[in-house]
Amino acid sequence: MNYKMILNILGWVLKIEAACMLLPLLCAVCYGETAEIYVFVLCALLCLLVGTGISLRRPKNKVMYAREGFVAVALSWVLLSIFGALPFVISKNIPNFIDAFFETVSGFTTTGASILTDVEALPKSLLMWRSFSHWLGGMGVLVFLMAILPLSGSGNVFLLKAESPGPAVSKLVPKVKSTAKLLYLIYIAFTVFQIVLMLLGGEDLFTSLTLTFGTAGTGGFGILNSGIAGYSRYTQYLITVFMIAFGVDFSLYYMLFFRNPKSFFKSDELKTYLLIIAAAIFLIFCNTRYLFDTTEETFRNVSFTVGSIITTTGYSTYDFNLWPQFSKTILVLLMFIGACAGSTGGGIKVSRIMILCKSIVKEIRLYAHPRTTLKLKMSGRTIEHETVRGVNVYMSAYVCFFVGALLIISFDNFDFTTNFTAIAATMNNIGPGLNMVGPMGNFSAFSPLSKMVMSICMLVGRLEIFPMLMLFSPYTWKK
Amino acid sequence: MNIIIVGCGKVGEKLIEQLSREEEHNITLIDTNADVVQEVVNEYDVMGVVGSGVDVDTLAEAGIAKADVLIAVAGSDELNLMLCLMAKKLGDCQTIARVRKPEYFKTIHLIKEELGLAMVVNPEYTSANEIARILRFPTAIKIDTFAKGRVEILKFLVPQDCILNSMKVMDISSKLKSGILICGVERGEEAFIPSGNFEIQSGDFLSIVAPIGQAGAFFKKIGIRTDRVKDTMIVGGGDTAYYLAKQLLQRGIAVKIIEQNQERCEQLFQSLPGAVIAHGDGTDNKILMEEGLTHFGSFVSLTNIDEENVLLSLYAKSKIDGKVITKINRIEYGKVIGDLQLGTTIYPKNITAEYIVRFVRALKNSMGSDIETLHYILDGKAEALEFIIKENSPISNIKLEELNLKENILIACITRNGKHIIPHGQDMIVSGDSVVVVALKNRVTDISDILK
Repeated sequence: MNYKMILNILGWVLKIEAACMLLPLLCAVCYGETAEIYVFVLCALLCLLVGTGISLRRPKNKVMYAREGFVAVALSWVLLSIFGALPFVISKNIPNFIDAFFETVSGFTTTGASILTDVEALPKSLLMWRSFSHWLGGMGVLVFLMAILPLSGSGNVFLLKAESPGPAVSKLVPKVKSTAKLLYLIYIAFTVFQIVLMLLGGEDLFTSLTLTFGTAGTGGFGILNSGIAGYSRYTQYLITVFMIAFGVDFSLYYMLFFRNPKSFFKSDELKTYLLIIAAAIFLIFCNTRYLFDTTEETFRNVSFTVGSIITTTGYSTYDFNLWPQFSKTILVLLMFIGACAGSTGGGIKVSRIMILCKSIVKEIRLYAHPRTTLKLKMSGRTIEHETVRGVNVYMSAYVCFFVGALLIISFDNFDFTTNFTAIAATMNNIGPGLNMVGPMGNFSAFSPLSKMVMSICMLVGRLEIFPMLMLFSPYTWKK
Repeated sequence: MNIIIVGCGKVGEKLIEQLSREEEHNITLIDTNADVVQEVVNEYDVMGVVGSGVDVDTLAEAGIAKADVLIAVAGSDELNLMLCLMAKKLGDCQTIARVRKPEYFKTIHLIKEELGLAMVVNPEYTSANEIARILRFPTAIKIDTFAKGRVEILKFLVPQDCILNSMKVMDISSKLKSGILICGVERGEEAFIPSGNFEIQSGDFLSIVAPIGQAGAFFKKIGIRTDRVKDTMIVGGGDTAYYLAKQLLQRGIAVKIIEQNQERCEQLFQSLPGAVIAHGDGTDNKILMEEGLTHFGSFVSLTNIDEENVLLSLYAKSKIDGKVITKINRIEYGKVIGDLQLGTTIYPKNITAEYIVRFVRALKNSMGSDIETLHYILDGKAEALEFIIKENSPISNIKLEELNLKENILIACITRNGKHIIPHGQDMIVSGDSVVVVALKNRVTDISDILK
């Protein structure tokens, strides 16, 4: 294990976090939040100090293998969340560290689950930090690190693989660095585009920034207690469109803008993703039409909710706790499906679901005609057996982890729907679930143990299980 | 530059290793074996595409449209040639093909232009060239040439009780009055560019720069024998042996080839008039003795099995006083084999890769910088580069002692109007000169890179 290299990466992650704290600091200066200015200066300095300290010695041996890559990513995220929680604790807005940790993990993993009962009471700078963590976590901090650092040497690709979601992560262009740059370029371009459109719609800069960060990272932290319900129709539609756009595989955008636009429209995953969205909107629309006054209002709320849940954003315009059971069940299903691989969204991912379904069909066909040669295909390409195996193992691990977490939080003695959807909402990085943790509720009632378990669930969900599991495995640390 | 490499065998991987070290290349690899591609992609910063190189879709995915160079080093000659033809049609790129079959290679000039090939590499032929070059000057372990073959960098071992032992580098020119320059020393694992105070010890490997012909005089002065090789025994009659024998015979060096396969013996006999072809198992030392090993001035082991080559050379080394050259296919154990003191070892795969890398670099130069020749010296730890100095170069018309050179950079030789100058502090570089620079731990792509 190349500990020095891992430490070096962790150091850089902290330095970047320090730089990122400048944004909320600026916000605090603008809104004259004197106490928060000191808090952010202190936290940024602390990050910088610790970061510089542990990355002081440049490692001679820069070789990294899969093991180092996975451990470095997992540790980075834990460390990022611990230091990211400090502003909440030090400013005494969330005095309990476990609560603050939960809130920060929820931010970085783009979950959007909150323990705050009154969001509006939080200072503007802390709201900004919360939302900005979504943006950072959406594309990934290490991807950012690779885009700016000359992290030459082998093994970088493992960092990319560990942090980017999806069953088969590949590079867009030959160099990891260029790939990371391209990903961030597309990400930033979309973000800026949305901010401009928000501003044009008449929202103020603060609202535009925070809501865009939440949308881009498919996070879901709002700045009002009422979620997104209070904003104009234009803003609601805009956010719907962008949520769905950020749930699309970014390598497809690369194809669309830089290489071969045709392959964008030929992607089976994209087609399926859009089909699922359309079908879900149609079904829920029919099911909930009676709750609303106009067709437009129904469509707006339903499409917003569907877009928000499938991309695992978690914004809400309407308390879907009040919807009929059929609609709620569809929403829970969407929670598990999640967005496309290679997007900023969470969940199991559309492509994995597709591979699983195709495997089932293949198995049935093989029972009927045992000698048929069959290979799974997606977008005209054969899926490697290794990828299918990876998906199967991922699913098994997912279910095991889900059940384990569910068991632990059931100690708190809440109803089953609450517990089940709480784990679903955290592990799929969505935010709101049903009943107590519904769009108008929050996670504050859970015990500290449950909050820790759910924090781990969020990290496990964001990093797609194995990097986190590797941290706790004795095999990882053996020579 | 955008480079596509098709085929990921030993040469392909070596190429990726060398080229991916240079920041400015975007490398895409194509191979049919998914596992191999995966392995390479994990290790180096390159992109891999699984598929057949002659498939249009695969090539398109690898970005043939924007590629600058396509290197075809797949298993078969036909595939490589086919690939280059297709690449030329699909995109505007330079193509390099590996062609091994002597039949194809012999007539390659007929189709080279037709297929639009920028370069053809034949590992066997290139290795044979290298061996022939060393046999011409057997004292040296490795010889690299610059200035169109007029300047050489030679590497040799300082023997026990040589007068160079414990001599300081700055004393050499005054004591020996020879026109050479020591540009590199390898001692154990380390390599350095020696300063004037550096003390030479026996057991060091020295690399010297010398205008052609000067090295002989130097070796004579330090008491190292420089007899020309008069005859050589080759064990293993493959293609390399064929090319080597052909070259040696042309230069009047007697050749005896020992080959196991009767049919091959007859073939060689047909194609190599003048050579003595013996049929027999060369690994059997009785046969070697019977064929008169002890009377030969040099020995080359060219069988297809590395282990046999090593053992054969060790045996030959104990029997003859002359030069022993060993061909090794596997490059992974270079370090271990180096420790065996076999004399000169030839790695065809490395030579092929190096040859291609040099060409790619030269190609890049035609797009900007101006490296004329490039060789890896000091066991690959340093580079020796030749530049042609353009007008208004930042280093021209300044006395060398006043140039603010980086550390571990040495200006080794200046060639002006066909004259070679081993530079001293008072010398000056002017535009039009060809300059050989040795760079250790530095990356030099332009002559201005040598300045601080």
